[in-house]
Amino acid sequence: MFTFSKYLLASSLEEAYDMLVKNKNNAILGGTAYIKMGNRRLSTAIDLSALDLSFIKEEGENIEIGAMTTFRDIETSDILKKKFSGIVACSVEDIVGVQLRNVVTAGATVFSKYGFSDFIPALLALDTSVVLFNAGEIPLDKFLESDIKQDILVKILIKNKPAKGSFQTIRKSNSDYAVLNVVAANLVDGIRIAVGARPGKAVLAAKAMEKINTDGLTEDNIEDICQVASEELTFGDNMRASGKYRKAVCKVMLKRALMEVM
Amino acid sequence: MNIDVTVNGRKMNFNIECDEYLVDTLRRYGFLSVKKGCDTGSCGLCTVWVEEKPVLSCSTLSVRVSGKNITTIEALQKDALEFAEFMAGEGAEQCGFCAPGFTMTVLAMKKELENPTEEDIVHYLNGNLCRCTGYVSQLRAIKKYMGVES
Repeated sequence: MFTFSKYLLASSLEEAYDMLVKNKNNAILGGTAYIKMGNRRLSTAIDLSALDLSFIKEEGENIEIGAMTTFRDIETSDILKKKFSGIVACSVEDIVGVQLRNVVTAGATVFSKYGFSDFIPALLALDTSVVLFNAGEIPLDKFLESDIKQDILVKILIKNKPAKGSFQTIRKSNSDYAVLNVVAANLVDGIRIAVGARPGKAVLAAKAMEKINTDGLTEDNIEDICQVASEELTFGDNMRASGKYRKAVCKVMLKRALMEVM
Repeated sequence: MNIDVTVNGRKMNFNIECDEYLVDTLRRYGFLSVKKGCDTGSCGLCTVWVEEKPVLSCSTLSVRVSGKNITTIEALQKDALEFAEFMAGEGAEQCGFCAPGFTMTVLAMKKELENPTEEDIVHYLNGNLCRCTGYVSQLRAIKKYMGVES
């Protein structure tokens, strides 16, 4: 059972951060839908709800998504539905139901690096970075590899440049967690491939991306590229599928994604 | 701790634990239409509106609704009855345990979506599970209620 003994409605990010680092058992509250299924016993739970961190806006060269923005806001955002073939909005639209998506927040999902996340691979396939209160701006792939634990994710920045994207997911039932997510995005500076729900956290298929950038992407080499991606990534077993199945289906899903963005 | 809320148009003061979830608070204060089902955010039984948006009360901390407007089906009896007649007309109601949460989502959908397609309806209601009736008769009833052509 998830419990905490004290609650702080932060009036500034500084106040939230000072409280966070005071005790390793303090934590920032996200939507609190997933954390409640665990057994964490927090000392102080810190709430960012009063800090105006719920927004999706085009700002300079980025699209900015505030940490407290809900998945429903992302799903229905006119900006995100139009950009990148709609893959960011599309990535969250099958997560349980509207009522849960009105609760779940972007910042908590990304900061927690949930392996089952549909949202993270969509961001990772684009040119995305996260802005942390203490550590500053970090590319999303570097953040996912990092061991940063005590910081506050303030917002997510997606480079607002033209991109054709494809989000592929396979689920046992419509609102279940994904068995595998594969996302491809054709950006002006190359094609990016992200794979999530392996079931580990989302990663880039770096060798496959390198092969595309070296050899190009054609109907003749697409199968080879998919093979490279499935070989370079690790896939594990869980109650939804075996690693062997994930590896096999990854090739098919990636081929579909790449064909859509060619 | 104490929070001020407005439930179904009535100003109330709730005494809550800081880590308490809204479903438990509402039930403790007598709003028994709010059902506790899976308690994992999966079934939709506990759906209420916070500031007119449908949310899972099993996944919403009570402290976070401080100062907000909450609506449960107790305040929507006229609309709920109208919808229930469509459900009964299609034989789409059985044990009724999921009905309050399901009805809250349908009424929210009616306010939010204009001229939805069948696909839009199914998608909007993905988060509401019914273990006895099945979904075909429910979908017939909802389409008639929403005025969606077959």
